[in-house]
Amino acid sequence: MVASFDELKTKFIALGGWQQRYRELMLLGKELPMMANELKVDDAKVAGCESNVWMYIDFTPQEDQLLIIADSDTRIVKGLLAVILLMYRHKTPAQVVAIDAEQEFDELGLLKHLSPSRGNGIRAIVQQINAFAQQHL
Amino acid sequence: MFDIEAIRSDFPALTHHQQQGIVYLDSAATSQKPQCVIDAVSHFYENGNANVHRGAHRLSSDATKGYELARAKVAEFINCHANELVWTKGATEAINLVAYGLTHRLGKGDVILISELEHHANIVPWQQLAKRSGATLRAIPVNDQGIIETKSALALIEALKPKVLAISQASNALGNIQPVHTLIKAAKAHGGLTLVDGAQSLLHLRPDVKALDCDFFVFSAHKCLGPTGIGGLYGRYPCLEALEVFQTGGEMVTKVTINEAQFNPPPGKFETGTPNIAGVLGFGAAIDYLNALELAQLRAHELQLFAYLQSQIAQFSQVRILGDLNNNIGTISFVVSGEHPYDLATLMDMEGIALRHGHHCAQPLMSALGVNGTVRVSLAFYNNKADVDAFITALANTLEMIA
Repeated sequence: MVASFDELKTKFIALGGWQQRYRELMLLGKELPMMANELKVDDAKVAGCESNVWMYIDFTPQEDQLLIIADSDTRIVKGLLAVILLMYRHKTPAQVVAIDAEQEFDELGLLKHLSPSRGNGIRAIVQQINAFAQQHL
Repeated sequence: MFDIEAIRSDFPALTHHQQQGIVYLDSAATSQKPQCVIDAVSHFYENGNANVHRGAHRLSSDATKGYELARAKVAEFINCHANELVWTKGATEAINLVAYGLTHRLGKGDVILISELEHHANIVPWQQLAKRSGATLRAIPVNDQGIIETKSALALIEALKPKVLAISQASNALGNIQPVHTLIKAAKAHGGLTLVDGAQSLLHLRPDVKALDCDFFVFSAHKCLGPTGIGGLYGRYPCLEALEVFQTGGEMVTKVTINEAQFNPPPGKFETGTPNIAGVLGFGAAIDYLNALELAQLRAHELQLFAYLQSQIAQFSQVRILGDLNNNIGTISFVVSGEHPYDLATLMDMEGIALRHGHHCAQPLMSALGVNGTVRVSLAFYNNKADVDAFITALANTLEMIA
């Protein structure tokens, strides 16, 4: 299990072709804890996803950090969620908004998942996290 | 003699795809365009560009000539009179035009009948019509393979006596060719109006609207080698005359005062605003291209590829194909048990295979089939055996990767 986003990046960049990267991505998804079914309600659904994505974001003022949990019914989106959660883990709202997600996804070779195509949920997830962080700056 | 490689060389995007290592198997979403269509569009902007049906200058009159010639070509292609053909943005707008124009003709107790496998474009406009008019919207069910059973459909028509029957000639999600002729006959026996959604059938089946005997037929040019943003509505002339106007404005009128306007006869009364002239000319070129090819040969080639695709995909026991494989325009819509179509399509894309996944704008069909979506391979006559082989290799790799 990768412990940090930097570790993930190093690992990804070292991987040869897209096949290894996507295998790794799906493995990351498998390691993402499953969300309890009671939490998978419509209110928690991210709009614009071709798959089902549920996400909860919370803010702990004591630690000045965002807390995000998310789940999906597809392997790849779940893997992408794992990447996103690592990217924003232990980050303050100010740090969250300072992250250039496109740049990070580009470096991981996953940029196409952030494309502005209609129905692409990953972009919506990143935007939702950013909007939440903005409110808690 | 059908020379597939010669045909492929007419489609510049196919060459471009090949250079990028991409195989295009998404023709149900939009077809590729032959060079002559691209040329017709650019030729208009480069040489003729002028508005149509306006002004005395020769550029406008040349543009109008070409524009109306294209209407005559398309009308001949589907076997109707040119004045029975209304230009629209596409099939969706054509259905909306009819549904809107029928508002005053329907009321409480009337039934609009569609089927469970319709594209959202042939569902939502009817829902809205039902809401406006007080009519009820009903759907012919599909069986667990996604097929309309003619017998039960006829029984339903008999029982409901729908005022409107709107049905696709070929399913976009599954490729099924539907028994529209039989259903139209039954609906007409009760005085119902009939509309055929020909978005998927136009390219593959070259429908004859007089043989179908429908009142309305709608299509999109871009699914039949033409440009996007153009399509049409065929309507039997008295049926067009009886429709209320949809959008209003310039050009669709004969006389306007501040408080009143008189409308043109059809098709003019439905064509307001400057039309998609380049699109119409491009579509005319697409029809010329198709007219030079023999339908029977194209269809035989498609069916041969379709059979080959089926025989190859059969090696994957985990793949379940939905739809009517005996009557099909060349579409394989499938699910893999325990796998999400999104994952399959994403990995197939990485393998260079362009196909569609998801609900295919047919959510009621997906619910009826109890799936959250499918992966859809849709063939056209310009596909070849190598395309199918590339798909099969990619599918094998994908299934191995997620195993």
